[in-house]
Amino acid sequence: MDGMGSQMIETRASESRTGENRNATTGATERVFVTLTVADQLCGVPVETVRDVLGEQVITRIPLAPAEIAGSLNLRGRIVTAIDLRQRLGLPNAPEGTPRMSVVAEQGSELYALLVDQVSEVLSLPSDSFERNPPTLPPLWAAHAEGIYRLEDRLMVVLDVGKLLALAPEG
Amino acid sequence: MDDLLADFLTETNESLADLDLALVKLEQTPDDSETLKLIFRLVHTIKGTCGFLGLSRLERVAHAGESVLVKIRDGALVVTPDIISTVLQGLDRIKAIVTGLATHDGVEPEGDDTALIAALEAAAEGRLSAPSPAAEATQAPAPEPSPEQAIAAAAPEEPAPAASEPAPAKEPAPVAEAPAIKPPPDAAAPEAPAVEAQIGPQTIRVGVEVLEDLMTLVSELVLTRNQLLQLSRSQEDSAFAVPLQRLSHITSDLQEGVMKTRMQPIGNAWNKLPRLVRDLAHEVDKKIELVMHGADTELDRQVLELIKDPLTHMVRNSADHGLESPAERRAAGKSETGRIMLNAYHEGGHIIIEVADDGKGLPIAAIRAKALSRGQASEAELAAMSDEQVARFIFRAGFSTARTVTAVSGRGVGMDVVKTNVERIGGTIDLKSTPGQGTTFFVKIPLTLAIVSALIVQAGGERFAIPQISVIELVRAAGSGSTSDRTESRIERINDTPVLRLRDQLLPLVSLSGLLRLKTSSTDTEAGQCIVVTQIGASLLGIIVDRVFDTEEIVVKPVAPILRHISMFSGNTILGDGSVIMILDPNGIARAQGIAGSDGHIAEGNTKDVVVAQSEQRTAMLLFRAGDRSPKAVPLSLVARLEDIERDRIEFSAGQSVMQYRGRLMPLVPMSGTLDLEKPRQAVLVFNDVDNANGRDRCMGLVVDEILDVVEEHLKVELSGDRPGLLGTAVVDGHATDVIDTAYWLTQATQDWFHTASKHGQRRILIVEDSDFFRNMLVPALSAEGYEVTAAENGVQAMRLRDSGAMFDAVVSDVEMPEMDGLELVRTLRSGGPWVGLPVIALSARAGDEEIATGREAGFTDYVGKFDRGALLASLHQCLDAALAVAA
Repeated sequence: MDGMGSQMIETRASESRTGENRNATTGATERVFVTLTVADQLCGVPVETVRDVLGEQVITRIPLAPAEIAGSLNLRGRIVTAIDLRQRLGLPNAPEGTPRMSVVAEQGSELYALLVDQVSEVLSLPSDSFERNPPTLPPLWAAHAEGIYRLEDRLMVVLDVGKLLALAPEG
Repeated sequence: MDDLLADFLTETNESLADLDLALVKLEQTPDDSETLKLIFRLVHTIKGTCGFLGLSRLERVAHAGESVLVKIRDGALVVTPDIISTVLQGLDRIKAIVTGLATHDGVEPEGDDTALIAALEAAAEGRLSAPSPAAEATQAPAPEPSPEQAIAAAAPEEPAPAASEPAPAKEPAPVAEAPAIKPPPDAAAPEAPAVEAQIGPQTIRVGVEVLEDLMTLVSELVLTRNQLLQLSRSQEDSAFAVPLQRLSHITSDLQEGVMKTRMQPIGNAWNKLPRLVRDLAHEVDKKIELVMHGADTELDRQVLELIKDPLTHMVRNSADHGLESPAERRAAGKSETGRIMLNAYHEGGHIIIEVADDGKGLPIAAIRAKALSRGQASEAELAAMSDEQVARFIFRAGFSTARTVTAVSGRGVGMDVVKTNVERIGGTIDLKSTPGQGTTFFVKIPLTLAIVSALIVQAGGERFAIPQISVIELVRAAGSGSTSDRTESRIERINDTPVLRLRDQLLPLVSLSGLLRLKTSSTDTEAGQCIVVTQIGASLLGIIVDRVFDTEEIVVKPVAPILRHISMFSGNTILGDGSVIMILDPNGIARAQGIAGSDGHIAEGNTKDVVVAQSEQRTAMLLFRAGDRSPKAVPLSLVARLEDIERDRIEFSAGQSVMQYRGRLMPLVPMSGTLDLEKPRQAVLVFNDVDNANGRDRCMGLVVDEILDVVEEHLKVELSGDRPGLLGTAVVDGHATDVIDTAYWLTQATQDWFHTASKHGQRRILIVEDSDFFRNMLVPALSAEGYEVTAAENGVQAMRLRDSGAMFDAVVSDVEMPEMDGLELVRTLRSGGPWVGLPVIALSARAGDEEIATGREAGFTDYVGKFDRGALLASLHQCLDAALAVAA
């Protein structure tokens, strides 16, 4: 099952290593995001935080774990803790049997998989379309979002992976 | 050859190889101070080490070589090819000797080095004596700071003698010796090739990372092998089967081999301790003896590294807090020299390391107070805790009861850090503390962290791994609905608590799916369940699972930090089929069940074996019904067995109902007064009274209506003397419950159970006992014997009674009590006053030889085990008779 639907994102590519690009023509700073959807909301995580993108995986449930933790999975011999982004953001559960994808991030030498509905493209976005969180954002979102990017047709919430993974140990 | 020498040889060979290179380099670049420093350091190390090892020949040669290098370093000697040659000859000789050491099993080969040494000395002195003829002409270059400058300075003034020609050749005296230089290299030359050939293969130094990588690879290989094996199992007569089998064997051997490369004796972690203890003893002004056993017990390098610091810390603690000052020890009747004992041994795939001291034991009262003040437990909780449980508070974070923070310990690194470190490597730590006798820490750690064997089980549709190490056996259990007559291996329920009869023992059970709050489907009935019997400390616990698969070797990986708080799991792993599985931690499960290694839960076969029952301990109570509807209770520890007997087995003899039980007649006493012979089965509590001293071994069966439950409670009995057979009432499991007076029922069965016949003319007895439970049990028991009994809670109360003028015929005192313990009480009594001559009987849960000796020394007349009523009565008898005789 290794590699099933798994595609490595070239994080080591020199331009995207810092996630920041100087746009040669405009001079504006650009950041590169992996976009994903969770409960129809477009979100983005900085590309430099993403290790892997996985398709549907076999996930072992972990009894007594906090609700946000969907379980753990085997990624090429490493155990990855899967966190359900819907749960984390206080969203309703996905309908039974919906295929989920995950974005793998590393924190403190541990791997975590954020379960999302869909992972889409990689976007390079200029900093001038970035805005801080509107004050009216629901608290769970506000706590885990860095800000909002205005895209042409929709808005993209920038998720702070560090904060998403900072589950209270007593959860 | 000892390890030290082997290490030395390995190291020296490496140094010599480096030296060869460095010296050649130095010859080419004489002003390279870095190379010179390196050479000097290497030679100096060799010289120093062989001096330490008593290799005198080697030392002399190395010393001579070093003196030349000193001169070069100090700039007193200019590097010339001849000097380098001489030094190299010295090195060759060193190599020859080192080779000889390796082949002669650590003994230096015979040989004459005088010529070589003379040559080296000549080389060293060459420059110093050289100036004599030239001294007038120039200031000796000796004081010049560097050879380079020496050359520069010397060259213009004197026509190049110093710079171009070797000093020794110029001097008449050295020249005379110079020819002597020649033979040694020739002599040494044939030996030199042998050096590489013989020393190379003995040991090789390998970087730790290389071994670690190797281990990781082997672990992965094992997993892959398992995966392959699993695949091949599903395919009958596959062509791969045979080579796969072979691969499997090789993998196992490889695993073992790699594991071996990482094994080191635990003594390596201890070797700094004697010095540490010596310094500590000095610092804290105590006399300490360090005893180490089992230093050659081997364990994995990684484990060794991780256990080093915790061990050091524990030894430090023992020295600083555990042991008393010589004066205190003298006062306590111990030898002035305190003893710290380290002991390591293998036990079932684990290594047990004991760190013991014979000091004063843990200050339980102080720990209680501290736990309370830190808000780690409420007063009520503390009151319900045994001393053992209280002692474990020292494993909590930031817990140090040391009154003053000394330089030695109490630097914020507490036992909690030790515990964390031990647990990090899959180990456990526990302690045993005896006031006045010391504290022993038990550290149980796995041999290796890399691979463990685990049993794969299923519960609630999920699979889990249980480390094989804690699994004792597997029992297949029939469901409670089963009509099978065999009571063995059938899950029974006391109230809703499942238990299993396992060879004359009640095994507490816990359902894994219940524990982990897993959904159980309706098909998972109790029929056909498996019970994994695990050992946790001294207790056994049965874990009910739905299915047991295979055992598999697994590589334990730590769980993610956000899951570490779930104490049920010790890690996770990837199975052969690639799925992730959680590894259960039986210790965590036991903690969740409140067992934690205490043996209070399991009814022992013999009440005398029970060493619980210290004050304020939670007492396991057996709840049952008899007569009326109200629940009754009896301490489980007093009950030998629970029996469920058929009506037919009840017989009558001399008007008394009896049954044949284990080859003899056991009187049956119906608690409700009459036997309901209509009932097909009778629930019977069996009490067993064994008195080896009197050759007594009797049992009695108390017939009750129904056995309800076993609960653990802090027992506080409201005494009521007016109801025969009942001690009083206590709140058990939230209900007012009658606690039965076992002594009464025992006497009902056999008239002479307590030699009741003799009355004692109202002898007055003082019972000093802090445990409500025992006080409440002893008072009626002794009263029933005709004694007039007064009770005091501790030594202080007893002293108040004495000072208020009360008088008794004998004192029965517990040994361990708060405020003033038994030993202190008896010492005080013996020091004078109206009670100076009273017989004082010690009552203790522990009655080992040492305790008895200490007790007698303190002034106790006799020493009796707490549960041994017969012995207590006999002892009272004896003491009072003796007192009478003296009086008469």
